[in-house]
Amino acid sequence: MPPIEREKGKGRREEGEEKRENPGSQFPIPLHEEMDPAMDRRAFLTLLGASLALAGLSGCTLRPPDEKIVPYVHPPDADEMTPGKPLFYATACPRNGYVDGVLVTSREGRPIKIEGNLLHPASLGASDAITQATLLEMYDPDRSQQVMHRGLPGTWDAFLGEANTYMQAQRAVRGAGLRVLTGSVTSPTLVAQIRAMQAQLPAMQWHQHEPISRDNVRAGAQMAFGRYADTLYDFTQSAVIVSLDGDFLLSMPGHVRYARDYAASRRVRTKACGPGQPAREIMSRLYVAESMPTLTGTMADHRLPLRARDIENVARALAQQVGVNGVAPTEPLPPEVAEWVAVAARDLQAFRGAGVIVPGDFQPPAVHALAHAMNAALGNTGKAVRYIAPVEAEPMDQAASFRKLVQDMQAGQVQMLIILSSNPVYTSPADLDFAGAMAKVPMSVHLGLYDDETSALCQWHIPETHYLETWSDGRAYDGTTTIMQPLIAPLYDNTRSAHELLDALLVPPGRAGHDIVKTFWSGQHRGADFEAFWRKSLNDGVAAHPLSLRRRGGTELSSGASVAGQVSLQAANPTSQPGSPSPVPGGGGLELIFRPDPTIWDGRYANNGWLQELPKPLTKLTWDNAVLMSPRTAEKLGLTRQGGTPGTHPESVPVVELRYRGRSVRGPVLILPGHPDGSATVTLGYGRTRAGHVGTGAGFNAYALRTSDALWHDDGLEIVRTDDLFSLGVTHSHQTMEGRDIVRIGSITQFRKDPHNPDGKEHVPNKPPMILPEAPPLPPSEYAWGMSIDNNVCIGCNACVVACQAENNIPVVGKEQVLGGREMHWLRIDRYYTGMDMERPTGTYFMPIPCMQCEKAPCELVCPVDATLHSDDGLNMMVYNRCVGTRYCSNNCPYKVRRFNFLQYADIAPVIQLMRNPEVTVRSRGVMEKCTYCVQRIQNAKIDAEVQDRKVGGDEVQTACQQACPTNAIVFGDINQPDSQVAQLKAEPHDYPLLAELGTRPRTTYLARLVNPNPEMRAE
Amino acid sequence: MARPFPPYTNTLSRVIVFGLFVSPILIGWIATAINWSPYINETNIPRNQPVPFSHKHHVGGLGLDCRYCHTTVETTSFANIPPIHTCMTCHSQIWKDSPMLAPIRDSYASDIPVQWTRVNFVPDFVYFNHSIHVNKGIGCETCHGRVDEMPLTARGQPLMMAWCLNCHRNPERYVRPREDVFIMGYQPPENQLTLGRQLVQQYHIRKLQDCYTCHR
Repeated sequence: MPPIEREKGKGRREEGEEKRENPGSQFPIPLHEEMDPAMDRRAFLTLLGASLALAGLSGCTLRPPDEKIVPYVHPPDADEMTPGKPLFYATACPRNGYVDGVLVTSREGRPIKIEGNLLHPASLGASDAITQATLLEMYDPDRSQQVMHRGLPGTWDAFLGEANTYMQAQRAVRGAGLRVLTGSVTSPTLVAQIRAMQAQLPAMQWHQHEPISRDNVRAGAQMAFGRYADTLYDFTQSAVIVSLDGDFLLSMPGHVRYARDYAASRRVRTKACGPGQPAREIMSRLYVAESMPTLTGTMADHRLPLRARDIENVARALAQQVGVNGVAPTEPLPPEVAEWVAVAARDLQAFRGAGVIVPGDFQPPAVHALAHAMNAALGNTGKAVRYIAPVEAEPMDQAASFRKLVQDMQAGQVQMLIILSSNPVYTSPADLDFAGAMAKVPMSVHLGLYDDETSALCQWHIPETHYLETWSDGRAYDGTTTIMQPLIAPLYDNTRSAHELLDALLVPPGRAGHDIVKTFWSGQHRGADFEAFWRKSLNDGVAAHPLSLRRRGGTELSSGASVAGQVSLQAANPTSQPGSPSPVPGGGGLELIFRPDPTIWDGRYANNGWLQELPKPLTKLTWDNAVLMSPRTAEKLGLTRQGGTPGTHPESVPVVELRYRGRSVRGPVLILPGHPDGSATVTLGYGRTRAGHVGTGAGFNAYALRTSDALWHDDGLEIVRTDDLFSLGVTHSHQTMEGRDIVRIGSITQFRKDPHNPDGKEHVPNKPPMILPEAPPLPPSEYAWGMSIDNNVCIGCNACVVACQAENNIPVVGKEQVLGGREMHWLRIDRYYTGMDMERPTGTYFMPIPCMQCEKAPCELVCPVDATLHSDDGLNMMVYNRCVGTRYCSNNCPYKVRRFNFLQYADIAPVIQLMRNPEVTVRSRGVMEKCTYCVQRIQNAKIDAEVQDRKVGGDEVQTACQQACPTNAIVFGDINQPDSQVAQLKAEPHDYPLLAELGTRPRTTYLARLVNPNPEMRAE
Repeated sequence: MARPFPPYTNTLSRVIVFGLFVSPILIGWIATAINWSPYINETNIPRNQPVPFSHKHHVGGLGLDCRYCHTTVETTSFANIPPIHTCMTCHSQIWKDSPMLAPIRDSYASDIPVQWTRVNFVPDFVYFNHSIHVNKGIGCETCHGRVDEMPLTARGQPLMMAWCLNCHRNPERYVRPREDVFIMGYQPPENQLTLGRQLVQQYHIRKLQDCYTCHR
C-alpha cells in the first residue's frame, strides 16, 4: 500500500491510494460503453440518415397538436380539492413495525411528496431518506398487481374459496396447523385481528421474523428488569453521551427525533437565532465505541473503533468504573481502550444525571443490561433515559420463534401458513432451511408488495396495498399511535392490505380496510364524540385517544434506585457473559459483521431506484454492497486496489470470497478508513433474485452467510482473494473540490476565545477584494434569498438528498452512468476525513453541497445562449428551454453542482409520471440542470403573499432539503429581512462561504464544525 | 483573348453580393411573420367542440360572470373548466331536451366526462398563474380577448413570450382597477398611463422579468 499523504490539512478526501489527477473536471471518466458495439459505422450512418429524414417530416407540423381538456362531471367538495392547489394529509410510514409520522402532499389526488409531520413526536416535521423514498415505492411499476397461484395468475375469489376450505379444516383442530408469520407489529388493529383469530383458533401460532431484529434489545431489557421494556433517550437533557455501538442517528427506531434532540445539544450560537436556536456556547460531548464507521461515530468527539465482540468488554470496564456493583471483571484492555474508558467514565461521573449511555441494537443483551445498569447507577434514568412498556404488541424472541416455525414446518405440522408483508425465503438465516421447509406446507399464502423470492415458493401470492393506499394504524418508538389514512385509492384493483386479508380469512368475504380500522377504533373510543375523535386523529396524524398515552403513563417503569439495584444484580449475573472468549487480535480468523444497509435497509427497498442510487453516507457507494474493511486489514490480505489495470474501469476493486462456517459468497472489497482492524462488515439487503427490474442482481447476498445464532457478528471469517475485479459506483471522487480550504473545524474552547476563527487558521476574507472592477450592484429588490448550512449539526444522513430528488423530479440514471460520474443529484453530501493516518482518521465530516447561488456566478459568464442568468432576488437561474447543452457552465462552476442530462433519463413509465411534481419541469436529454433553491416554492409563496397584499415572511419559504432535515442544519430564507433566521445565522461569527477566495460571493454559506474533545484525553 | 465571363456576370455578382446581406434579413422577417401569424399561434381561430358552447350567448347575451363557471380563477393557478354539474344547474331546467346538449346530459348520467378541445394553453415549461394576474388588476379580456363576442371560443391573443413580456415590462399600459377585471369591453380611460402608474404603485405590481417568474 502506498504511503498516505503526510500533509496535515482539512478538507481532504483520502481514500485508498487513488487520488484524482484533475480535481476540477466534473466528468472524469469517459463512458465508451454506452454506444452499442454491435452497431458498425455503416449501420450508424443509415440510422442517422433515417432519423434526419424523419426529423424533417415531423418538422412539417408547425402547430402543436390539439390537446384535450377534461373537467370533472361532479366537482369534488371545495374543501376536499381545488384543482391547482395542493392538499396535505397526515399518515405514518411503517418500517420494522414502528411508524414515523408523515404529512403527504397530494396534487389532484396524487401523492407527490412525503414530509415529516410537525405534530408527531417521532418526526417533528423531519423525515429520513428511506421515508422520503417510499413515495417511489408506491409508484413502482414492478409492484405486484395480480393474485398469483403457483406462479400463474389467479383470482381473489378462487383464493378465498381455497383458503376457506383450509380454515374450515383448521377450525376442526382448533387451528393446530395454522401459522401466521409477521414482522414486528405495533398496529393495534392488526394485533386485535390476530388476537381474534387466536380466540377462534386457540392452537394456532403467531410467529415474528424481522431480519433487522431487535432481539438483543428485548433480551437486554429482560436481563435488566425481568420483563420487556423499551428505552427512550432524551439527548437534549444530556451533557455526556456514550454510545456502545449504538447508531442512534440513523438506524434505531426514533432516530429522526434523536437526531433532532442530539443536534439541539450540539448547536452553538453566540446570539439567539430564531425558534429552537437559543444562544448557547456549550456542547454535549459524544463518546462512541463502534464496530464499523457509522454516522453516530462521525459525530463523536472521541471515537473508538473496536471489533464488535470487544464492545462488551468495554461496557464491562465502563460499568465497573462508573460504580455498577458486582460486574464481572474483564481481562486487561489495551492502553488506548483503557484510556478511552477511563476518560469517558470520569466524564459520566462528573455529569451524573446529565449523561446517557446508548447500547447498540446489534450488541448482545449483556451490553444492554450493562447500559441500563450504568444509566441507573449514574442517576440518568428518569432524566435522559426513560423506560416505557414495550411499544410492540407482542414482544418475543423472534429468532427462537422463527426457528420453531421452521421446525414445525419441517415436521409437517403446518397446514396453512400466512406470511404478512415479509420475505423470509430471502431474509431467513442460512442455517434454517426455510425455503426447503416451504415445500412441506400444503397451503402457504404470501401478502407482499412485490412478487418476490417468498411468493415464488408460496401457493398463493396476494399483492399488497402500499401504506399510502391503506387504512391502518401503528405506533411510533415512544408509543404515539397514528391512524393511517390512504392518500389514493389502490393503484391496482387486486391489492389487499394485511387487515383485509385477515378479515376475509376470518369472516369471508371480508370488509374494506376503512371499516375494519374504524370499527376497531370505535371500540376503543366509545362515546358520542367518536366522529370528532376520528376526524381529529386523522387530521393530526396522532391519535387523540390515549391508547398509547394510557399504556405509556400507566406502565412507565419506575426510575431511580429500585431499578438500579435490580439492574446491577442482573448484570453481574455471569450467565450474561457470552461463551466465546475474546481471541487475540489479528490471530486466527477475521470477524464478520452484518449490518442493515443504510439505504435499502434489509432488502425490502431493493427495487427503489432513489435509494439504490443514493450514495451511502460513509462509503458513497451506489447500486451495490461491498465487503467493508480497514486499510490495514486490506493490506494484510493483499487486497489493495487495482486501479488502472488495462481493460478495467478505474474504480475496479478486487472481488473476494467470504468463507464462514462452510458457506461462501463473493463480493467486492471496499476500503473504509476508520473501520476496526481484523473485521469485515457486510450489509444486508443485496443479491436479490426477484426484486424487480431495479433491484434484481445488484450486489451480493449477505444473508447467505448469516446464521440464527450469530445474527450480527461472529469470528471465523476467512477472506480469499479471487482473480476477478469489479466496478463499484462510488461517487466520492466525482464533483470534487478537494485540496482547498473547504471544511472548517474548530474546538468549542477555541470558539469561545475567537468565534470568528474557531479553527485558529488564517482564511481568505469572506468577501475578498476583486481583481476585476465591481459590477454595478444588482437592482434593489424586495427579497434576497439565501441559505445557511450548519456543518456542526449535519449528520450526513441523506434525507435532504432524497427530498430534493422527490421535490425536483430528479431522475435515476443507473449504475453504468454513475460509473461515468453522471449521477443527477442536485444536492450532494461530500465526506471528508482529516488526520495523518488513514487507519484512524481524526475526524469524518459531512458537507451538503447544493448550488451556492453565487452573486458573481462564474457559470453565467460563459453561457453562450443566456440560459443561466441572475434574478433580482439573487437566484442563479437555469432556463431549461434555452439550454443547448454546451456544458461550459458546468466546467466553469468551482463547486461542481451542475448536472447534465447526457441521455434521456427522465422516466417514461406512465405510472411514474403520476408521481412527478407538477410544479417543476421534467428535463429532457441535453439540458443542464441544478439546484434552484426550490424556486417553485418561492414563486408560489410570493404569489400567495401578493394575492393577500403582504410580503413573504423571512422564514416563510422552506426548501425541500430544509424541510426534511432531521437536525435543522439547513435554513433558508430572505436575508434582506434582518429578523429572519437565515439572516441571523449569517451574522454568526463562524459563518463562512465556501471557496471564498474565488470571489463568487455565494448566497449559501456554512457554519464551521465544532468539536468538544475532552482535554483529559491524550492528543491523537 | 476571349473574355472568360459574359457582361451580365457583373450584374449577377452584384445581385449575389447584395442578396447575401438582404436574404437572411428577408428570410428572418418572413419566418417571424409566419411565426406570429394566426396560422401558427391560432389566434382568432375558433375550435370545434363536442358541444358548440357559445360564450357569446352565455356571457354577452345572458351576462353570466366569468367566475360563475371558472370558479378557481381568483384562488389558484388554474382557471378551471367547469364540471358538467355546473352546466346542469341551469340545463336541468332549461333547454333540457335540446339535442345539442345531449353529450352534456349523457356525461352527467354516465359519469364520463366530456372531452373539450383546449383553446388557451402555454407550453409545459411555462408556469402561468391566473390568481396573481386577476388579483393585480389584469382583465380576463386582456389575454382572452372579447370572449363575449365569440360564438365558438378562439384564442384571443397569441400567448407567446414576447407578448407576455410586453405587459410584464409595461404593466401600466394594461392594468385596470380590480373591480373591472371581469368586465368585457372595458374601455381604458384617456389617462390610462397616469391611472396605470397609480395602480401599479397601489397594487405593488413589479415588473417581473426574471426567467424564474414563469420557467422553473
